[in-house]
Amino acid sequence: MTKTYNNKAWFLVLPVLFLVAMNAVIPLMTVVNYSLQETFGDNLFFWAGTANYEAVLSSERFHTALLRQFIFTFTILAIEIPLGVAIALAMPKSGPWASVCLVLMALPLLIPWNVVGAMWNIFSLPDIGLLGWSLNSLAGAISSLLNLPPDQALTFNYTNQIGSAWFVVILMDVWHWTSLVVLLAYAGLRSIDDAYYRAAKIDGASRWAVFRYIQLPKMRQVLIIAVLLRFIDSFIVYTEPFVLTGGGPGNATTFLSIDLVKSALGEFNLGYAAAMSVIYFLISLFVCWLFYTLMTQSDAKREYEQ
Amino acid sequence: MGLEWMAWTPQTGIFFASIAGLLVVFTLWEIARPGGHPRIGILGLLTTRGDRLFMSLLAGAFIHLGWLAFATGPLWIASIIALGLAVIIFLVV
Repeated sequence: MTKTYNNKAWFLVLPVLFLVAMNAVIPLMTVVNYSLQETFGDNLFFWAGTANYEAVLSSERFHTALLRQFIFTFTILAIEIPLGVAIALAMPKSGPWASVCLVLMALPLLIPWNVVGAMWNIFSLPDIGLLGWSLNSLAGAISSLLNLPPDQALTFNYTNQIGSAWFVVILMDVWHWTSLVVLLAYAGLRSIDDAYYRAAKIDGASRWAVFRYIQLPKMRQVLIIAVLLRFIDSFIVYTEPFVLTGGGPGNATTFLSIDLVKSALGEFNLGYAAAMSVIYFLISLFVCWLFYTLMTQSDAKREYEQ
Repeated sequence: MGLEWMAWTPQTGIFFASIAGLLVVFTLWEIARPGGHPRIGILGLLTTRGDRLFMSLLAGAFIHLGWLAFATGPLWIASIIALGLAVIIFLVV
């Protein structure tokens, strides 16, 4: 049987293409235009060439914000992906408890980002927040157990300690977004045919072998999506750390996006901020391409060789 | 609707026009030779024509940024390096 070659259905994508052009491509082009110019408002622009890019690339502030961004992103990926898979494996496969688990898991995803930030802000306050108060009591108990002098006693205060601030920011992100990985991994697990498990049972496969050779390969596709989504979302994270710590103490949790908004709206340095946006965009584009290519190559090659 | 708010300059206009031109050329190329010419190159990656264009453009962007960050001298040298790398990518990657 010969199939007629007809790709006209692609024209149905045109409306989406138009929408994306309006809200992504055209603003991006504008940002590129801004990045090569200097403005003092009033739609008056002065050609600045590559001066803005040179300023960003040689700025110590940009380097440290970028480093913090990468540390944050890779820390939460290293926690959320394994944790999410582990929770998905532990969840019941069917029955009413499966629904209860799914609803509980979905709850954090339904909360607006600024509310998440405000919640954790109050929750972690060192004197009145439940988490902050508990951690402080625990730190006090440990300090007296170790007989530490009062000036070296352990305390928890995310408003002036760098380590505490990072701890809360990462804990907040894990609380908010691990569910997404769980739901994706759970969907992947549910789609595995029972025949695979029966075959594994007949072969006497261990629990680890079942995970390594059946469940993990079958979850590949959804885990690719989970890693990409979590990478991008955490790389552009703004609202939650901004509400929680405001980038502080000092600049300790000023991630790229917070720094970018400071330059653009706080200092009204539009050319500089635009150049920073372009660099920011190129970095995330490169990392996404890298992840996607590495994770889809083996499937694509198999298809190619057939 | 005017386009003043987009703050166009001749330079960025030429830049985006060349990108658009590249997309048109590659579309025509695809119509003339469908399938995208997939192959496994020296990096061990399976790439099509479009992948190679994307890699060339992205590498070009980072070469220019790297030049601004680490080198002194006119920027067109970076453009020549990027163009050379693009040729290499299209030949062997």
